[in-house]
Amino acid sequence: MSLLQVKDLAIHFGGVKAVDGVSFAVEPGEVFAIIGPNGAGKSTIFNLISRIYEPTRGTIHFDGKDITGLKAHDIARLGIARTFQNIELFDHSTVLANLLMGRHTHSTTNFVQNMLFMPKVRQAERAHRKRVEEVIAFLELEAYRKKMIAGLPYGVRKVVEIGRALAIGPKLILLDEPASGLSVEESQDVAFWIEDMRRDMGLTVLMVEHDMSLVTQVSDRVLAVANGRPLAMGTAHEVQADPQVQAAYLGTPGEEAA
Amino acid sequence: MRVVFKKSYDPDIDLHEHGWSRGKIVVLLGIMILLPFFVGEYYLAEAANTLIWALAGMGLMIAVGHTGQVSLGHAAFLAIGAYTDAALMNVGMPFWVALPAAGIVAGVFGAVIAIPAVRMSGIYLAIATLAVFVIVEELVILLEPITGGVGGIMAPTITFFGISFDRYGELENFYWLTLGIVALVTWGYANLMRSPTGRSFLAVRDSEVSARALGINVTRTKSLAFGLSSGVTGLAGALMGHYIGFFNYELFSIFISINLLLVVTIGGLGFIQGAFLGAILITGMPQVIAILRDNLNASTGIDIGSIPGLDTMLFSVILILFIIFEPTGLYGRWLKIRTWFEIFPLARRDMFRRQKSYLKTERMK
Amino acid sequence: MELLQLVIGGLANGCIYGLVALGFVLIYKASEGVNFAQGDMMMLGAFIALGLGNSEQAGLPFGLAVIIAIVLMFGIGWGVERVVVRRIFGQPQFALVILTIALGFVFRFVAGSIWGYTPLVLETPFAGMNLRGGGIVISVSDLVTIAVTVVLTLALWAFFAFTKIGLAAQAASQNQMAAYIVGVPVMRINSLIWGLSGAVATVAGVLYATRGAIDPNIGLLGLKAFAAAVIGGLGSLPGALLGGLIIGVVEPVAGRYAPGELAKMSPYIIMLLVLVTRPGGLFAQIQMKKV
Ligand SMILES: Nc1ncnc2c1ncn2[C@@H]1O[C@H](COP(=O)(O)OP(=O)(O)OP(=O)(O)O)[C@@H](O)[C@H]1O
Ligand SMILES: [Mg+2]
Repeated sequence: MSLLQVKDLAIHFGGVKAVDGVSFAVEPGEVFAIIGPNGAGKSTIFNLISRIYEPTRGTIHFDGKDITGLKAHDIARLGIARTFQNIELFDHSTVLANLLMGRHTHSTTNFVQNMLFMPKVRQAERAHRKRVEEVIAFLELEAYRKKMIAGLPYGVRKVVEIGRALAIGPKLILLDEPASGLSVEESQDVAFWIEDMRRDMGLTVLMVEHDMSLVTQVSDRVLAVANGRPLAMGTAHEVQADPQVQAAYLGTPGEEAA
Repeated sequence: MRVVFKKSYDPDIDLHEHGWSRGKIVVLLGIMILLPFFVGEYYLAEAANTLIWALAGMGLMIAVGHTGQVSLGHAAFLAIGAYTDAALMNVGMPFWVALPAAGIVAGVFGAVIAIPAVRMSGIYLAIATLAVFVIVEELVILLEPITGGVGGIMAPTITFFGISFDRYGELENFYWLTLGIVALVTWGYANLMRSPTGRSFLAVRDSEVSARALGINVTRTKSLAFGLSSGVTGLAGALMGHYIGFFNYELFSIFISINLLLVVTIGGLGFIQGAFLGAILITGMPQVIAILRDNLNASTGIDIGSIPGLDTMLFSVILILFIIFEPTGLYGRWLKIRTWFEIFPLARRDMFRRQKSYLKTERMK
Repeated sequence: MELLQLVIGGLANGCIYGLVALGFVLIYKASEGVNFAQGDMMMLGAFIALGLGNSEQAGLPFGLAVIIAIVLMFGIGWGVERVVVRRIFGQPQFALVILTIALGFVFRFVAGSIWGYTPLVLETPFAGMNLRGGGIVISVSDLVTIAVTVVLTLALWAFFAFTKIGLAAQAASQNQMAAYIVGVPVMRINSLIWGLSGAVATVAGVLYATRGAIDPNIGLLGLKAFAAAVIGGLGSLPGALLGGLIIGVVEPVAGRYAPGELAKMSPYIIMLLVLVTRPGGLFAQIQMKKV
């Protein structure tokens, strides 16, 4: 059974059909990439899955459950984590605090217990910290633990965002352009991390990416969209060879589209 | 710079990372406890007043500083607290029932109005709180049987086990009581901020979308924060009622709301310490002005005592200067000074330069 | 008849709220924040006109005094943007809220120090003149208020619809960044808008003063005007005027048929109702932030 199944998804903003009839299914343990020119509707698909936007039509199923009617804050608890294209971190908190915020769905104490900081709260804090330290070690963020987000370089912030999503402990992670704005070495790191997430953590990855070398390197299947409509689906090479896809990128075959 | 070697996560979880900073708090609390033995009646009363303002400031800080919800109407919650406490005590309830009740009534009221209000973005919430303030003020006048209407109401003397905590008769007792309540609330507040609840407040303040994506229910979080904020302010209101003794609706004017905003902004938004610094400033300032005025009058014969509204004017100018030059407030400035000394002589000129965020706009780009 | 009388008086009042609300909207569009000193700018404008025009003060002719006051307040609004507001560009919205509240206190202090705190009456050529007909009495100042508001609104509309600067200001108010990139002098336009709202506030203040005595605390009327702006939906000029008229009319009518406290609450109750049902105001222009 597919982990994530999107059927005939559509959303219209006034006259703009940002997404218009997209269907695809992501299998457990897969790395699935969505590509397409700017404004194709890729981020909008993510926003629909994470329930920030209300679809005009279509359904989204996760783990066999219809999540189309759920609230945005119910999604993380089911095991779907995401990053944002334009980095949405908590700027006035430290890296550590940002990652701990990712543990929100796992906290079981209420605010009165928290206010009294009962032993139970301390225990939970230790457990959260332990999980977060694993993420820090995985993404090699040790040096930045106590640093404020606001002062960090772009590349590090991008990684912290991935870390925060991982701290949720998800089954499915949505990465919106994880490598955009990164140097070649940094995107290489991202490629390795994605590999490890799948192999060692058993995660399923759904990502949007413009960097075709990264897409080719890590993804099992690729969906190309343009103007909100699906164009082609298959392996990275198949999709790149598709004439419709090439036309959508204004005749520039494959490679950097942005 | 102090380097702390850690063998477990606990120092990070604790309120204080190392014994030194815990020691400082203990010493400070000790001095505060012993204060009645060192200062006279007048200054002790001022100290109690400062503590009450700090309490109200902490209340507002939860909303403005830690959840990013601006309230222009917090005087309404002071009023609700003060009237609930006084009205309950006037029908014979003991203080230890009336005070928590004052906090709870103000808190529940705040949480309930926050539910529709949180759907509005920043500025609209500020406006809605202003409207609530005006409505509460008029309600106080309308509900004359409970509130005494325009005439006002008396806050009875507090007694526990036969000990009197009268603000005039036993000022030391009243001061200690206030200190105890403030210390307790501060402790709870600090605990909250190192727990998941506090983190969810900060998350909602800094990015609502990602807060949602992390599973935080933004509406519930905001209304919890606003409720706690109003509740703490309600407690301060109750104490303020006892401090003043006899009051009517005029005690809780719009200027009190604005003074409270001043307390948190000048003190330092997002820092519990800021509420205290702000409270010291706002209650200390009139004293300083009075002393300056007397000196000026004695030395030059110029009497500025005749100029009404001078205090407010000075506050306003200070506020403007702070917002322009030091938006992180007194506490933020203090942190920078401390860092400067700690890493002396390594500080660079541009180290504390503010990050310009021209693109930060709530309009769609 | 009595109701009609109330409504006409209310409309005139509403025009003043509407004009102050226009100032809120102008600045909201320019600086994306609320100028809580708008009411105090109105107060200051009225006092400057009074100081220039009244016979025991500077004693200039009424018209000249008003024009100088408008020009001066334009300069003050412009200067406030240049010297203070511009520096906090990019800080969170409420920085401007607190800043302008503080500015309001400063204005109030200045006015109080110069003109004192006892109410003063502005001398106008049409003071105490009334028109009678069909059983109702309409004061000339009410009519002047309504007429001036209509003219001023049309002028503002024409300014934004037809002049080059007005169009640029429109563009800037819709997307500051984009306007900046295509070469619209956004900063200069913001100063201009602040100046403009100072001028509009002065007109509102003078109209207010033709209808009764003024003291430095009349700026608190800004709160009600503010409710008007919110009812209209902070981003809309016609909305602001409409909001002002609604409040202006509801207030006296409620005062006639309900307890006084309820009448005082009425603008805010309407505002809360609007906010709860239509969080962006009647003429909502709020869009969701894109991620
Ligand atoms: N909230 C919204 N309101 C109106 N239009 C929107 C909204 N969100 C997205 N759109 C429109 O939907 C279309 C698709 O946008 P989307 O952000 O999904 O593109 P994208 O494929 O992610 O592009 P990029 O590669 O630049 O990130 C665009 O035309 C955009 O303007
Ligand atoms: Mg995108």
